[in-house]
Amino acid sequence: MENLIALLVAAPLVGAALLLCGGKRLDRTGHWIGSLLAVASFAVGVALFADMLGKSAGHRALHQHLFSWIPVGGFRADVAFQLDQLSMTFVLLITGVGSLIHIYSIGYMEHDERRRRFFGYLNLFLAAMLLLVLADNYLLLYVGWEGVGLASYLLIGFWQHKPSAATAAKKAFLVNRVGDMGLSIAIMLMFTTFGTFAFGPVLASTGDTSEGKLTAIGLMLLLAACGKSAQVPLQSWLGDAMEGPTPVSALIHAATMVTAGVYLITRSGAIFNAAPDAQTAVVAVGAVTLLFGAIVGCAKDDIKKALAGSTMSQIGYMILAAGLGPIGYAFAIMHLVTHGFFKAGLFLGAGSVMHGMNDEVDMRRYGGLRKYMPVTFITFGLGYLAIIGFPGLSGFFSKDKIIEAAFAKGGTEGWILGGAALLGAAITAFYMTRVMLMTFFGEKRWDPSEVHPHESPKVMTIPMIVLAVGSVFAGGLFSVNEAFVKWLEPVTSFAHGHSPVSATVVTASTIVVLLIGVGIAWLMYGRKPVPSLAPRGSLLTRAARRDLLQDDFNHIVFVRGGDHVTRTLVQLDRSLVDGAVNGTAASMGGLSGLLRQLQSGFVRSYAVQMLGGAAVLVAATLLMRGV
Amino acid sequence: MTGLAAAASVTSSGEAVQFWILGIVAVVGALCTILMKRAVHSALSLAGTMIVLAVFYLANGAYFLGVVQIVVYTGAIMMLFLFVVMLVGVTAADSLKETLKGQRWLAAGLGIGFGILLIAGIGNASLKEFNGLGEANAGGNVQGLAALIFTKYVFAFEITGALLITAAVGAMVLTHRERTERAKSQREQSEARIREGKQVPPLPAPGVYARHNAVDIPGLLPDGTPSELSVNPTLRERGQIRDVSGESLAELKALEQRSEEWLGRSAEDEPKPPASGGAAPKEHKEGAKK
Amino acid sequence: MSPVYYLYLAALLFTIGAAGVLIRRNAIVVFMCIELMLNACNLAFVTFSRMHGNLDGQIIAFFTMVVAAAEVVVGLAIIVTIFRTRHTASVDDASLMKL
Repeated sequence: MENLIALLVAAPLVGAALLLCGGKRLDRTGHWIGSLLAVASFAVGVALFADMLGKSAGHRALHQHLFSWIPVGGFRADVAFQLDQLSMTFVLLITGVGSLIHIYSIGYMEHDERRRRFFGYLNLFLAAMLLLVLADNYLLLYVGWEGVGLASYLLIGFWQHKPSAATAAKKAFLVNRVGDMGLSIAIMLMFTTFGTFAFGPVLASTGDTSEGKLTAIGLMLLLAACGKSAQVPLQSWLGDAMEGPTPVSALIHAATMVTAGVYLITRSGAIFNAAPDAQTAVVAVGAVTLLFGAIVGCAKDDIKKALAGSTMSQIGYMILAAGLGPIGYAFAIMHLVTHGFFKAGLFLGAGSVMHGMNDEVDMRRYGGLRKYMPVTFITFGLGYLAIIGFPGLSGFFSKDKIIEAAFAKGGTEGWILGGAALLGAAITAFYMTRVMLMTFFGEKRWDPSEVHPHESPKVMTIPMIVLAVGSVFAGGLFSVNEAFVKWLEPVTSFAHGHSPVSATVVTASTIVVLLIGVGIAWLMYGRKPVPSLAPRGSLLTRAARRDLLQDDFNHIVFVRGGDHVTRTLVQLDRSLVDGAVNGTAASMGGLSGLLRQLQSGFVRSYAVQMLGGAAVLVAATLLMRGV
Repeated sequence: MTGLAAAASVTSSGEAVQFWILGIVAVVGALCTILMKRAVHSALSLAGTMIVLAVFYLANGAYFLGVVQIVVYTGAIMMLFLFVVMLVGVTAADSLKETLKGQRWLAAGLGIGFGILLIAGIGNASLKEFNGLGEANAGGNVQGLAALIFTKYVFAFEITGALLITAAVGAMVLTHRERTERAKSQREQSEARIREGKQVPPLPAPGVYARHNAVDIPGLLPDGTPSELSVNPTLRERGQIRDVSGESLAELKALEQRSEEWLGRSAEDEPKPPASGGAAPKEHKEGAKK
Repeated sequence: MSPVYYLYLAALLFTIGAAGVLIRRNAIVVFMCIELMLNACNLAFVTFSRMHGNLDGQIIAFFTMVVAAAEVVVGLAIIVTIFRTRHTASVDDASLMKL
């Protein structure tokens, strides 16, 4: 069976190669080829999954060694795959959601003349993402990591004729570079510390290594995760990334790529477990981001940017859970999967709405759309209920567990984290209700003479329906008899936390804050009409509209600071380096000018010099004899 | 020198007298060499110094060298110098005004310093005694030298032979000029003159008078001014034209006056010399200035 | 009188010759000064020969004369050539340097 693993990666890779190199003759069939290969990859994934289920829990991991990539002395890098329960989960999520979004894109990108290229990029993304989660060492993981970065860059900037899209792509790329730098440093540290970067040896030998080194590696890995998963402080690119086509936002910037950071931290769990300081940093980042994203999501009028804020916030939950250690890894991944379903569904719904509204994204120009696009309304609504954690739906199970685990961290820390998670849940309920109300309820705020809202074609609605079904049932399914936790336990290990408050109380308070959030949103946006133009708003609202001043911060600290440093360096270069060089040259020139006087061209001057030299020699001889 | 030194440290008093007299002559000759304005005088002064040195060689027992000094140096080399001086211009006096800034002071300072150093060095050396050449010259000075030259220094001698040949060939190469084209015939020269139109007739002859039978005296034009064209261009270039027009005219005038007095005629009656004759020579003069 | 006085005289003549080389501009006179210096050296050699009681000093002086003769031949040829092309025998005029 393990020989099939390479096929998972190969199928979309072949698709990407075909579509990107195939030229115009594939324009008509390209989207079908791309989708077919994505589905094929999914089929292989399902086959492997079925095979895996047939084995006992301890023997499920598969390993495939393809070839030795860089064998140089003590340095050894292999192209080898490892398929265990954690990778399997990701494979199913990536290929499953990926296939659905491929199919959805057939309809969504129907009128785009560069559709073939779009599918090529999507396939490239799938291949890179699968490589990332299947790699059995950090170096190969890094290849996939960079590959998804490239695909993300290409897809954000897919509509490159829009300057905003081109800029957003560049921004995403640059911010990601910072994180990538962290990952590469972490890999280098691993090599110097462990002498290898294969998962097995590295994670097995954490016990023999000093905590300082592990903390350093952990912090670097966290930096990498922050970059890829849009966590504070490297969160600024995700909002702008919404410039890409909506299926891209759904697949890459909601369901899969942005969760790579969670995968990285979970995969490197052994390192973080042995480095409590790094873990503390992880939970801090997660807690801050989940509130940050939620607040930003409250203020955005652009439906995709509101959802982007929500994505940031939900990944904050996952990072928080992953930072909690063995009590949280499983729930982080579980929330990741359920989030993959409902957030992808929400984005596809948003795409469907935009599709019917002439690509309008401002929610203040929506309103009352539930009658015009019922399927979209229902699927979006189910996704909405799932994300706010409505009892019985996916989000309820996964988020509730995370909040419980946060309290279970214990001590003051536990209270703070739990409180933040609860507060986040309330804000989530608020902004998602706001999105829901502004889009589908209330009066029409669009001009019927210009816009003709309509339901999307079946090729788009069917993936939405499938995802909605997942959003509803996945969480429940996973939680039956703690199935998901037991499934992942051999890889991530699991420990029951000891919460200071009982699970029932946590669940109850979650439902209460959920209701409070929904209620406030209804009071503000449901009961009274929504103005077409955004009111000025409070200071916090205005800051949140500007993404809580993240860009201003970056501009002032990094752009201006960098400018300043550069200028100083230029000054230093001019005055010190050039000064030294030019000074040497000038002094040489001056000296030469002085010496040139001797070289007058008059033979008699030379004769004087000769006589002088002779006199000196005679004097020296006499003096030597005298001594 | 103290008189208490060994007999071998003092020369005969005759030699001492000779040294002091001729030494002064030598130094004066040397000073004249470097201070005389004309190269000819410098050369003659140097020749004098060299003769004095020849006498000193003889006094020092170097009989062969003394003779060679006179024959080769004073005879051959100094004549060569004089020959070149004549070639370059015997009467041209050098300006002794210094053109290089500080050169004279530097030269004087360095010269004096160097001399003091040398003399101090010699005085410092313990050279109180000397052996004399009586033993070495026992078989004759020339025989002694020959024995050394053809035994101990035979290679140096051969090499100097090669050096002399090289020098002779070098001098020939440097001064010899190969004619690269056929010499022009008289006809071609005259044709070229007419084509250029500058000097069609032959150049005027130098002014040869009874008193000055020499080529450096220019012929006089009818108006009494000297025609530079009548003097060899080399002399013209050196500025060695002896202008005698003034005294010639005066003599002519005196002659005329005397003849008038003798004929009893008054000067006023005599017709003026024809002015028309001066036209053509004047053109010569202008042609020369071009 | 000691033969050392010949050495003093030689030093004096040498110095005068050196000063002449430095002062005079006429290449021929400069050449003469060089000859003067060579002769001064010869005098010293001859004197040394006498002081040491062997003929080696005279041999050296003899060779000096030969070399001086060769040098004069070539040197004067050079001066003549220069005079032909430049119509001057001044050593200063041979300077083509820009200052």
